[in-house]
Amino acid sequence: MNRVPLERKVLSENDKIAAELRARFHEHAVLCLNFISAPGSGKTSLLERTLEALPRDTRVAVLTGDIQTENDANRLKRAGFPVKQITTGGTCHLDARMIDKNIADWRLEEIDLLLIENVGNLVCPSSYDLGEDAKIVLLSVTEGEDKPLKYPSIFFKSELMILNKVDLLPYVSFDVALAEENARKVHPGMEIVRVSCTTREGLGSWLAWIERRRQSVRAAAAVADGAPVFAPALKTGC
Amino acid sequence: MHEMGIASSILEAVANEERRHAGVRATRVGVRIGELAAIDPEALRFCFEVLVQGSEQDGLQLEIERVQRKHRCPDCKEEFVIRDYDFRCPRCGTVSVEFAAGDELELTFMEVSEDEPSSAGTKST
Repeated sequence: MNRVPLERKVLSENDKIAAELRARFHEHAVLCLNFISAPGSGKTSLLERTLEALPRDTRVAVLTGDIQTENDANRLKRAGFPVKQITTGGTCHLDARMIDKNIADWRLEEIDLLLIENVGNLVCPSSYDLGEDAKIVLLSVTEGEDKPLKYPSIFFKSELMILNKVDLLPYVSFDVALAEENARKVHPGMEIVRVSCTTREGLGSWLAWIERRRQSVRAAAAVADGAPVFAPALKTGC
Repeated sequence: MHEMGIASSILEAVANEERRHAGVRATRVGVRIGELAAIDPEALRFCFEVLVQGSEQDGLQLEIERVQRKHRCPDCKEEFVIRDYDFRCPRCGTVSVEFAAGDELELTFMEVSEDEPSSAGTKST
């Protein structure tokens, strides 16, 4: 019996496509964000408010994933930006190949911000890299404060937690401090923004977060542009 | 529930390796799963068995190695297992947020038997 060492990621095919996507996004200074939450936490509402509130010269594109229906795309199209619905037909997450296929006819040099709304699910999307700059997890105050402890993977892998529906706090027994403490137990130092998509409370902090990330993506693209030594440093085909 | 997709990725990787080493057949494959990988090992095993049954890879065994979350102490460099979200180093007491292990989803090895005499590819270990 021979033992052959493999030592590579199970999802290396997905990760390879994701790495190529990330390199293309960086080359064109596109900030790509991957939104993940349980169904009903408010991903689509957050995107609606975000699209309305972004400066008009921001060139945004949206991919929205669901198992069935074009409902989310129809809601988001009202803002006038390019929106594409990915219906997975049953799959509980988006993968890098779906992103690659669905952006094929978009010109990345004409996009500043690519927002990807994943399928509502706190488990499976956490395994699949989509080439994003950051995963963002949403938790709403109508859920349990212990969700970060129950679903640690996605809270660990997300850079930012958006605590949504804070306008409902007077009516629900949700302990904000405890929820945030739980998120930071799983992910020490995690950034957290509290928002309400109904009253628009907190949207300013959220937009400021996006703007900070956009600036770093632009700065990185400019450095790569001006320093050709860096350009071929990305490994391919491994 | 994405373990079916993960199981199918494992089988695909094994089939690719078999093609690379002509004349060998995989009998066992090793997978390393961290506690933060969002994979249920039992569900993965179930999906794996369903997929291999009656397929060309019938009889292939899955060996799962589980990995606990570990942090590295910034002061004394000790690597320690995190239990109950307690990030204090058991050796020196420093709180460490430096992640060291626990989100793995990796193929580790493949055991193969040679189906037929072949000079291509494989080496004995």
